[in-house]
Amino acid sequence: MLEFFEEFPEMSRGDLRDFKKAIDSAFRSFSRTNGEAIESFFDPILWFLIWLEKLLLATPWPIIILVVAGLCYLGARSWKLSLGSILIFVLIGYLGMWEDTMSTIALISVATLLCISIGIPLGIWMARSDRVQWLVTPVLDVMQTIPIFVYLLPVLMLLGIGKVPGLIAVCVYAMPPIVRLTNLGIRLVDKDILEAADAFGADKKQRLFGVQIPLALPNIFAGINQTIMMALAMVVIASMIGVRGLGIPVLQAIQNQYLALGLMNGLAIVALAIIFDRVLQNYGKRLQQHREGRKND
Amino acid sequence: MTDIKLSVKGLYKIFGDRPNYAMQHVLNGMSKQILLDEHDHVLGLKNINIDVPAKRLHVIMGLSGSGKSTLIRHINRLIEPTSGKVIIDGENVMEMTQDKLREFRRHKISMVFQKFGLLPHRTVVQNVAYGLMIQGIREGEASERSQKWIDQVGLTGFEKHYPAQLSGGMQQRVGLARALATDTEILLMDEAFSSLDPLIRTNMQDILLDLQKELNKTIIFITHDLDEALRIGDEISILRDGEVIQKGDPQDIILKPADAYIADFIKDINLSRVLKIGSIMEKTTSALGPKLAFNTSVEEALQIMNLTDNGVAAVVDAKGKTIGKVSIELAITAIVHPDRKNNGARYK
Repeated sequence: MLEFFEEFPEMSRGDLRDFKKAIDSAFRSFSRTNGEAIESFFDPILWFLIWLEKLLLATPWPIIILVVAGLCYLGARSWKLSLGSILIFVLIGYLGMWEDTMSTIALISVATLLCISIGIPLGIWMARSDRVQWLVTPVLDVMQTIPIFVYLLPVLMLLGIGKVPGLIAVCVYAMPPIVRLTNLGIRLVDKDILEAADAFGADKKQRLFGVQIPLALPNIFAGINQTIMMALAMVVIASMIGVRGLGIPVLQAIQNQYLALGLMNGLAIVALAIIFDRVLQNYGKRLQQHREGRKND
Repeated sequence: MTDIKLSVKGLYKIFGDRPNYAMQHVLNGMSKQILLDEHDHVLGLKNINIDVPAKRLHVIMGLSGSGKSTLIRHINRLIEPTSGKVIIDGENVMEMTQDKLREFRRHKISMVFQKFGLLPHRTVVQNVAYGLMIQGIREGEASERSQKWIDQVGLTGFEKHYPAQLSGGMQQRVGLARALATDTEILLMDEAFSSLDPLIRTNMQDILLDLQKELNKTIIFITHDLDEALRIGDEISILRDGEVIQKGDPQDIILKPADAYIADFIKDINLSRVLKIGSIMEKTTSALGPKLAFNTSVEEALQIMNLTDNGVAAVVDAKGKTIGKVSIELAITAIVHPDRKNNGARYK
């Protein structure tokens, strides 16, 4: 009797081993039969990623820098920011990180586009139905808290090493903020304004695109911003499974204790993050200018 | 009676988990309090019956919690009733399909809200055009048609401003213009002027009354302010605890309050300004003194009579025919003891 309290009543070793084996072999046979189909499902994304990376690498560097500065100005309407981004890119190129930076930008862009195109509709769906919210919220919690290597393993077993598993790893981690903040933003839309839309006979589409999404935009923008930041944070992890970019030198630096190499590439990632963040925030603020009281008098 | 545009028939609204079950209790005569204490259901509206003739301004007045905002939201079915009908032009709004209801809201009825309900990301002209855009009218034409209403409510020059850049009174003028722009026959106004400063409120009432002279819409106006109700209403229904406790024109309500609750309200009203001499005059076909129209307020009449030698005036109807007489004495009695005078005539 005393034994019951001292030792936890564990599953027997043999049973546990069989249990794990059963799961492993089931997944292995699943990946053997379906791996190719799943791989080809991701092909279009892979092609797009490769195309974008090649495009960035093939374009002469002055043009890239001009385009980046131009985009910065379009987004933020700030000469300082454009100038800063030119400086940063020149420095990156001068320190020999140009190609890795282009690869990283390609990965982040594709990952962000993927997260937005899945995340925003999912967030809208969640905002419309409490049931969907009840179902999706715990999934998002898992996506954000589960150790990366745990979900990397099945992805690797299915798809092997390469760009697509890297992209999936980035998206799993980076998508939750955009979903959550889209959902939140739409749920926070002023009920009085929605009631007014109803009173004038707005249908579901007119409610969504005329009222809910425009009023949720500040939150949606915060979500996109968070998604980009988290995607950048995943660059090193993605490099572990064969994605080119700024993460690879960082990995080499860790393995060989190259302090300078690690710092330089790490700071390049930080610099990219800062540029993305400031441009998006300023753009979001400009979209919300109408909230700022009386500017004309 | 003239033709009825809008009529509410036997409307009940019970809030709670099982309204239909609670409804049985209400029909069996259970009081609001017992329903709440023992069955955890709130009786929002109880057997509301209101007829509104076309082109009249009908005020529903009640304090907060009386159910007036719930009632007005039944008329365009923003709230579903527990039982009852709302008949507009012979059609029961409660039986409309969703598509039909949407068409009805787009073309037949519009609404002004206490908290304005403007779209913060759209400019004044885009807000006014909102109802038209919902109808599917293209932006160019919608803006053009909106401009007329922006001018009407006195917001010319503010077309490109955003609502946050305007004062409360101006925002509500945008709300009013938006409701008028769709050219609906019925206008619902839910405490439209209640959140405005007193001076601006009076100003908005004037704008509404001026517009109404031209537009002749059927208006349902909700307010908690008896002064406002008396000032603008052709007819007033007083709501308390979800029930209509008195219906009548402003003079009726002042002269014959149905119960102590309403009498209590009237105590604070400036009677000399609200009472018309047509309501207090002595009937006669010949009278001395200056000729005053029947709808002159007692206050104005007192000022005029005070300048005459004998302190009397003749009351004339719209065609200028003498229909009665008033004196300073009669006027003062009417103001001081509103419930004790006037055994005589009534003319409106």
